Amino acid sequence: MSEARSIEIRDLYKIFGPTPGKYVEAVRGGMTKAELGRAHSHILGLNNINIAMPAGRIQVVMGLSGSGKSTLIRHINRLIEPTAGQVLIDGRDVLKMSEDELREFRRSQTAMVFQKFALLPHRTVIDNVTFGLDVRGISHGKARETGMRWLERVGLSGFEMRYPNQLSGGMQQRVGLARALSNDAAILLMDEAYSALDPLIRTDMQTMLLDLQAELKKTVVFITHDLDEALRLGDRIVILRDGEIVQQGDSQDILLSPADDYIRRFVKDVNRGRFLKVDAVMQPGPPACGTGPAILPGATLDAAASTLAASASEFAVIVGPGGQPLGHVSLRQITAALSTSATDP
Amino acid sequence: MDWLTKFPQIDPAVLLTVKRAIDGSLRGLTRSYGKAIENFFYPLQQVLIFFEKMISATPWPIVILVLAAVAWAAARSWKVVAGVVGTMVAIGLLGLWGDAMLTVSLVLTSTIFAILIGLPLGILMNRYQTAGRVMSTVLDVMQTMPPFVYLIPVVMLLGIGRVPGFIAVVIYALPPIIRLTDLGIRLVDKEVLEAADAYGCSRNQKLWKVQLPLAMPTIMAGINQTIMMALGMVVIASMIGVQGLGLNVLQAIANQYFTQGIFNGFAIVGIAIVFDRISQAYGRRLQKHRSVGHE
Repeated sequence: MSEARSIEIRDLYKIFGPTPGKYVEAVRGGMTKAELGRAHSHILGLNNINIAMPAGRIQVVMGLSGSGKSTLIRHINRLIEPTAGQVLIDGRDVLKMSEDELREFRRSQTAMVFQKFALLPHRTVIDNVTFGLDVRGISHGKARETGMRWLERVGLSGFEMRYPNQLSGGMQQRVGLARALSNDAAILLMDEAYSALDPLIRTDMQTMLLDLQAELKKTVVFITHDLDEALRLGDRIVILRDGEIVQQGDSQDILLSPADDYIRRFVKDVNRGRFLKVDAVMQPGPPACGTGPAILPGATLDAAASTLAASASEFAVIVGPGGQPLGHVSLRQITAALSTSATDP
Repeated sequence: MDWLTKFPQIDPAVLLTVKRAIDGSLRGLTRSYGKAIENFFYPLQQVLIFFEKMISATPWPIVILVLAAVAWAAARSWKVVAGVVGTMVAIGLLGLWGDAMLTVSLVLTSTIFAILIGLPLGILMNRYQTAGRVMSTVLDVMQTMPPFVYLIPVVMLLGIGRVPGFIAVVIYALPPIIRLTDLGIRLVDKEVLEAADAYGCSRNQKLWKVQLPLAMPTIMAGINQTIMMALGMVVIASMIGVQGLGLNVLQAIANQYFTQGIFNGFAIVGIAIVFDRISQAYGRRLQKHRSVGHE
């Protein structure tokens, strides 16, 4: 198993157009996307992106279409060249790599899953799964063995001799995932990987990713336009708009203190009980009087509320792994946190 | 007002000198290098003779059997096999078997050569866009220039016979395979290419593992067109000494033998249908799993 790697993006700018280099300074100086488009007919794709993605965690990049999220993920394996900036993988700049180094980096360090699956239609499922290994020149027998293992892991054993167009969308994306996992790369890039799937299948695939991640601890960069998906999967979340970062943080930061109205609008429609954790709303220390049912830290408000409702006491106590009380929370506090207006000004 | 009604052309005397100079130098070229050019094409001539002998000398039942086997392998359909066998038997019954075999051998060899030349050219045309545009213009000229015109220098340099006929057929049959190879590669799904890049394919790996296999149905359409063009050219090529069904048609035109013309014409059509059905069925079978999307 390869070791997890951190990804750091520094001062990244991407301008689309015939002479992008000419406008970097102007954009640094505060020229907006609209001005650049109007006055110079260049498109500002990414503007001053700084993200530190910790190793072994899931980093979600969220934004609507046109926000630059797909452009951003393509900078990590340099499918797109930036106009200015750095992309550091464990301190090594991807943009300084020679063509050969870059190819080697893509082969061994990264694997990518695509929105429209991007499977090879003329290859069978197993030959698609082993594509990355095949490209690396790993022997057919060994590649097949690895491929079959991952195919089984994503629940597709028995389908290895089918062709992609004989499978449903969800199954095709599992093939895409198995192809990426077979590569045993430290970095998994998922570009709107689940956006083309039905909601139910999408939830299944999210669960599968979380299960796999618990075991594999890869550095996952997950692109999505769906806040529910972002909150469910992301250890850390970056929200992009018009090529700029609007907010970064974990799910609790985004839900409890949205940076502006744009994010507040997103957050309004989310089922907060499913994503907010008791840790974020509890009062520290044991309750002043009496006691209550014990809850583990990290429990959702939904879970806490149903535990509290089933008991007679006023407070639930959040207890740490050693049994010591970390804090307490009342039904009133939970309800306040669940109501959206709590975050509205 | 004379210049309005009569186009102010270059002085005829000048034009005549220019024409004479060019023709003269070409003739001089032929005289001084004729032997060398002939030697250069000698191996090609041997290849052509080898194929011709091989196909002509093979007993007819074996030829039919091989064609039936190829048809089955390509199409997996008894209807196609029956059609192929029926057509060949009909050609034989009309007494045209020998001539048909000469034509088939010419078409086969020129198609093979056209693929060997055209496929790499199509790939290059796709890879180098600027050179591709130049090549596209050349192909336009090749396709619209009346074949008789480029027969003239070929005949001047090589005389009449197999080789010049073969070269004329290859030139005529080359454009579709080049164009459709280029087109096929261009039509490969962009996201699949991106996946190939993301998994670290080198340029050659991308070509062999992704682009060519996915372009194959289009390339097969190009090969099909190339075969048809080669067959269409056999009558014209018979004017410069290519034997086979085309020569019979030429004789029929010269002597006004209507029935001979019809028989040989239909034999050419029959061979065209055989090649067309086999190559198209193969192309379709290639396409079976290639549609993008699901269910």
